[in-house]
Amino acid sequence: MSSANLFDLSAGFYFAALITYVIYLVTRNKKTGVAATTLTIVGFVSQTIAFALRWIHGYSYWLSANPTSGLIEALLRSAPLRNLYESLIFFVWCLIVFHLVIEFKYKIRSLGAFVTPLAAAALLFIDVAGTTTEIQPLIPALQSNWLLFHVFLSFIGYAAFGVAFGAASAYLVMVTESKTEKTYIFWSIIVGIFIIVLVGMGIDFVSLSSSERSQFLQNHFLKSTLRSDSGGVAVVSWIVSIVFIGAIWQFGFGLKKVLENLSITPRVLDEIQYKSIAIGFPLFTLGGLIMGAIWANSAWGKYWTWDPKETWSLITWFVYALYLHARFVGGWRGKRVAVLAVVGFIAVIFTYLGVNLVLSGLHSYGAS
Amino acid sequence: MEKEEKKRNILESIWKSLASVKLAIFILMILALSSIIGTIVEQQAEPARNISLLAKFFGDSFAPTVYNIFVKLGFMDMYRSWWFVSFLVLFSINLVVCSIERLPKTWKIIKKPLKPMAQSGIKSLPVKKEIKLQANLSDVKDVFHTALKESRYNVFEAAEEGSIQLYTQRGGFARLGAYIVHISILLIFIGAIVGVRYGFKAHVNIPEGGTTSVAYDNNRKSIPLGFSVKCNWYDTTYYPDIDTPQEFSSELVVYDQGKEVMKKVIEVNSPLTYKGITFYQSSYGKIPDAVGHFVLDVSSPSGQEKTLWLRHGESFVIPGTEVKGRIVDFSTALTRDRHSNQLITYSDSMVNPAVAIEFEEPGREKYTGWILKRYPETGNLMNGNKVIFKDYWGVEYTGLQVAKDPGVGIVYLGCLIMAVGLYISFFISHKKIWVYITQEGSKGKGPISVTVGGSTTKNRITFEQEIDKIIAKTSQAMEGRSKK
Repeated sequence: MSSANLFDLSAGFYFAALITYVIYLVTRNKKTGVAATTLTIVGFVSQTIAFALRWIHGYSYWLSANPTSGLIEALLRSAPLRNLYESLIFFVWCLIVFHLVIEFKYKIRSLGAFVTPLAAAALLFIDVAGTTTEIQPLIPALQSNWLLFHVFLSFIGYAAFGVAFGAASAYLVMVTESKTEKTYIFWSIIVGIFIIVLVGMGIDFVSLSSSERSQFLQNHFLKSTLRSDSGGVAVVSWIVSIVFIGAIWQFGFGLKKVLENLSITPRVLDEIQYKSIAIGFPLFTLGGLIMGAIWANSAWGKYWTWDPKETWSLITWFVYALYLHARFVGGWRGKRVAVLAVVGFIAVIFTYLGVNLVLSGLHSYGAS
Repeated sequence: MEKEEKKRNILESIWKSLASVKLAIFILMILALSSIIGTIVEQQAEPARNISLLAKFFGDSFAPTVYNIFVKLGFMDMYRSWWFVSFLVLFSINLVVCSIERLPKTWKIIKKPLKPMAQSGIKSLPVKKEIKLQANLSDVKDVFHTALKESRYNVFEAAEEGSIQLYTQRGGFARLGAYIVHISILLIFIGAIVGVRYGFKAHVNIPEGGTTSVAYDNNRKSIPLGFSVKCNWYDTTYYPDIDTPQEFSSELVVYDQGKEVMKKVIEVNSPLTYKGITFYQSSYGKIPDAVGHFVLDVSSPSGQEKTLWLRHGESFVIPGTEVKGRIVDFSTALTRDRHSNQLITYSDSMVNPAVAIEFEEPGREKYTGWILKRYPETGNLMNGNKVIFKDYWGVEYTGLQVAKDPGVGIVYLGCLIMAVGLYISFFISHKKIWVYITQEGSKGKGPISVTVGGSTTKNRITFEQEIDKIIAKTSQAMEGRSKK
């Protein structure tokens, strides 16, 4: 079995786990909860094996192209962190590790319903975007240890931020007293957009041919629905989306009771949120910003050029720095910091995908 | 008098607001939000590009007006604009002033000696454990003392009647982590300023065999290097069987005052540095209308070898044989067309260079064969003769990024300090432990009651585990003692 098949298999398990976590949230049946955890663990094991297999394949590929390469160099150059596909897979893997740790450490299972959607979204994105699953040879600019550590640490950081995002979203709905609260409206919109994009990508996936998918990032993102060339389809999609966000706003409040019944306290969610950021922030600073800069300097002689990718990672850093200062010295508590944790993760997504998806699209249009 | 006091009050309130967290939060927000602009508007680009971008948002008729407003606001080069730089300056001032304002207080907390605490106080600490032991007071004390010492705590003792207290703290310096990070940010800024002030970024193309003693900056101004650099050759290597580049490399030789002082094959991620100036492999290309040399390694089974430099149409003899060759054709990228089955050139760039050689030897008909640079086995001739196509030399140039940045060391030092500061602030905590040991009942008869209490600035769960471990260790040691 190839690593790509095994990754698909693990994706299947995670999707099943996601659904089971949601059922668990609704039914509060303990056995369902155990099933959700089991599915996650099985998915995780198969993903780990796939990761190892891919590394081994990459290793022999590298050695065939560079017979004189040493063991360590070959291992580093063949680490499966080379492209969008592999980095997203690694992101999901880290996310699941964090999630399992929290599940066993804090004995709360229902956070899975907020974290597995992120894993599912990333995996769906991989499938829809039709990113190549082939093992690609490493182009010269990427042949750097700094780059490897840069990607490795960044994604652990991103995953930690993802967990904080999950905990913060659960927190925001739990502390809501009335539907007219600004933070609850904010929550409804964010969760709504998240689900709409997920579903939209699902529709893209069904309606796009595989050859179109290779151009997905630049040309086809949400083209079947919200960004459709046919005005009618686009208008209907927008109306449906807005109605959907309204529905979330109307009914999302019910989640609060569900979470309360599962004896989750806002306090624990708050703690998970800030602990995740306390892990993510130093890793992201070191791996994302510092090592990225060192790599750029060793490859191009410039450690900082204010290109959109760099700038967005700095924006992400500003948001989390803001979070830490607001929380520890600014006296911000509760909802306000939870909103920051959500905004921070939006910046993360934008840094990784939005820059390629939205900004490069703008500019390539400008060039034509 | 009043005036002076007023003046002082104003200064004080300015100082306070410069030191305030509110300002820090405000600046971080402004920096995050305003930075977005420069990721949407293309920076330092040709006006036409951004006008057509703006036309998407504001329509064709308004786009030029909006563009002009944006130019005035500095959005087209915003990270160097006066207002963005002002925010960075304000950011630095805020960092310095708030550190000056807060550091003395933090220092006091760190330096404050720990004092013994009343038993009731220990019981109200965030982490507390109580155990009872059947043993002698001083034994229990010794055991705890050792256990704490083994956990790298520096233990103090206070004795009262019928009770002994051990108290200790560790990791107070963790409170300095944030200040260390602040200093590191300032260092990075200083390094960046030094780099802009005393360094340069430039570019130069050197043809194979060519030499330069200058490089060119963004405004095409020439910058003298103070020495000269020669490019011996440029080469792209590819992964087997696909046209994905594996490495771009150039051999550079540095001449200082006419003498060769350095020679290195540079690659992407592996530059050459001489006298503080670094040369990075950044691009390559073909020189228009250049006529190059074919570099061939020819050998015969008798072991005779030769490297030949030939022009198009020139002939050679494989040493030790009577085989004659003549270069008759060249292709930058040779392939066999799938449909027509004909040999064609599929690219103008040297992706798969091939040379056609017409061979002649006594008693045989003339024949022509293509020899490919990327596939040396194509040069294995009959009778064990070999012709290896090493290079088509003199038709490509290497594109070098040339940079001098005396600030980069300071920036890296800043990065290192930042990493240390972050580690200290997030993974080390200021921990305090009090152990109150007392004898219940009277005159050395009753059981020993031990109250362990502690506080930590972060990672409470780990701290609790640490205390549990210490207690487990002591109980074990006590058992060991009672058996003796």
